Amino acid sequence: MTAEPLWEVFVRSRRGLSHIHAGSLHAPDAAMALRNARDVYTRRQEGVSIWVVPSSSITASSPDEKDAFFDPAGDKVYRHPTFYDIPDEVRHL
Amino acid sequence: MDGTEPDPREVEFQALVDADGRIEPRDWMPDAYRRSLVRQIAQHAHSEIIGMQPEGNWITRAPSLRRKAILMAKVQDEAGHGLYLYAAAETLGVSRDELLDLLHAGKQKYSSIFNYPTLTWADMGAIGWLVDGAAITNQVPLCRCSYGPYARAMVRICKEESFHQRQGFESLLTLSRGTVEQKAMAQDAVDRWWYPSLAMFGPPDSESTHTGTSMAWGIKRFSNDELRQKFVDMTVPQSEVLGLRIPDPDLRWNEERGHYDFTAPDWEELRRVISGDGPCNRQRIEHRVSVHERGSWVSDAAAAYAAKHADGEVAA
Amino acid sequence: MSPIGTWDGGARSATALEPRVEYVLGLGDDALVLAQRLGEWIASGPQIEEDMALANIGLDLLGQARSLLSYAGELEGAGRDEDALAYLRDERDFRNLQIAERPNGDFAVTMARQLAFSAYQFELYTRLQASADALLAGVAAKAVKEVAYHRDHATQWVLRLGDGTEQSHQRMQAGLDEIWPYVDEMFDADPVVAQLATDVAVDPVGLREPWAAYVDRVLAEATLDVPEPAFHGRGGRRGLHTEALGYLLAEMQHLHRVHPGATW
Repeated sequence: MTAEPLWEVFVRSRRGLSHIHAGSLHAPDAAMALRNARDVYTRRQEGVSIWVVPSSSITASSPDEKDAFFDPAGDKVYRHPTFYDIPDEVRHL
Repeated sequence: MDGTEPDPREVEFQALVDADGRIEPRDWMPDAYRRSLVRQIAQHAHSEIIGMQPEGNWITRAPSLRRKAILMAKVQDEAGHGLYLYAAAETLGVSRDELLDLLHAGKQKYSSIFNYPTLTWADMGAIGWLVDGAAITNQVPLCRCSYGPYARAMVRICKEESFHQRQGFESLLTLSRGTVEQKAMAQDAVDRWWYPSLAMFGPPDSESTHTGTSMAWGIKRFSNDELRQKFVDMTVPQSEVLGLRIPDPDLRWNEERGHYDFTAPDWEELRRVISGDGPCNRQRIEHRVSVHERGSWVSDAAAAYAAKHADGEVAA
Repeated sequence: MSPIGTWDGGARSATALEPRVEYVLGLGDDALVLAQRLGEWIASGPQIEEDMALANIGLDLLGQARSLLSYAGELEGAGRDEDALAYLRDERDFRNLQIAERPNGDFAVTMARQLAFSAYQFELYTRLQASADALLAGVAAKAVKEVAYHRDHATQWVLRLGDGTEQSHQRMQAGLDEIWPYVDEMFDADPVVAQLATDVAVDPVGLREPWAAYVDRVLAEATLDVPEPAFHGRGGRRGLHTEALGYLLAEMQHLHRVHPGATW
């Protein structure tokens, strides 16, 4: 079984923002890395820009990493809390 | 160094942890911390992947198209969680392939809960409500764990997991308010998943060997028993809304303690299941190994193609 | 229709409904049956990334199916919703193309099916966006973006498997050989379409050329041969399916049917 190279993924979720490090993934080449990144880190939300970079190409000093929040795809309605009819008296859900 | 002076790097490391700061991949860290984290994160990742099996089991048989979609999305989320966690583990200097090899060889484990069978559709609801509920109770504190990549992965995961628990609860509610057969199905599922869910928090504190160091390192923030109690306290009122009975005749509110008294899960069973003697251990691992082996020609092909086209264009 | 004297010449078609209902059901059944097949891959994909990708594709198709089946039920006006249509029809009343119901086989068979079928859906939905039926146009507008991705995903894999290792090349060619007997049906003249206004439905016959232009190029680049099948499966739109559909529906429908009238 062949090991696949590791890629770092950067995502810009909206115009006007900058690309933020989202995480890493394995893929055999750049084309597949882009597609996998789209599936895993953005759930194919539109209007998102993705960069993938081979991890081996990254030169780091001491990184000042920031938190990265990613909203699940907006069209997946079952990811919205209002989609479920939970009785008011239920807590902790 | 004469051995009585503390390593200044370790002092700095511990100070950062004590101040609730984050350790990042390139920071110095004690070997034991690194090893412990690799094991914990990897086993968490393995749990997500193995967990796809008992739930994936019911996708093709979901009784409505809406439930089918919800379940497919849930299992897909679990695959994503596994990927986030393997990525976090890899920042510590291991590869996903190594970790999978350890899983397949039985040298790394996954949550014991997934060694139980999903026998009916209602199990999907019970797993969402109880298993994901227990997982969330365990996982929310990890969002503040000392290791940056793990904490960040946990934030993303917790956000998605809250929907899973909601889905499960709503599914059980629908069954409980449905036909006589549906209600019986729901009650049966709760009867079988309650104690294994309690066992998800691990052995009692009195038997837990690693808790002390884990807490000092900011990896674990609450003890097993504390988390288990918290889970019970949250879940019992929810069961009342569901109209489903928790299978514990000694479950009762203790006014003095301000908590529910409850029967502990059978620790002997937990020990057996962890060591391989559960209803589905063999099946879960065999499926994983077989899928991995059956898929190896695909990865080989992708690598061969990449090598042939190394200087080619990327079609974006 | 097959002439009298042939094995299916005297066989009834799927229960006759209004042409528009039949048309929408056909497209909906295509998506539903294929979504069901893709659901079988989850937790069994060759890599975790593929579990995600196939789940994504399956979810898209399921979404298309739900929109189309719900619409078909509304048009019919007999009180059947998406679940009544999905779970309570028998094999002979399903109108999907046979290609959608073909078993997954190995990853190569699945990618062959995905390439052929997604490329067909891409051509179909591209044109259906212009339908005078507002709902169909809306479904198509959303779906065309989804199936563009599905087609691209299949293309990436067919290229890699065809032009990868010797073993993957053989398996990919075998996958194509397995699926190609079900290609022609996608482009057969459809008597239901003939009964609808030309600005409502898309004539499948016209899709073959653009489909072939795309698919033939991919196969050539992947160093694969376009199969020349000895037989051609057809009849799906009339409710005549392969043996595989019965098993698929048994698994899909069983639980729902065991609890008639229940809400889930």
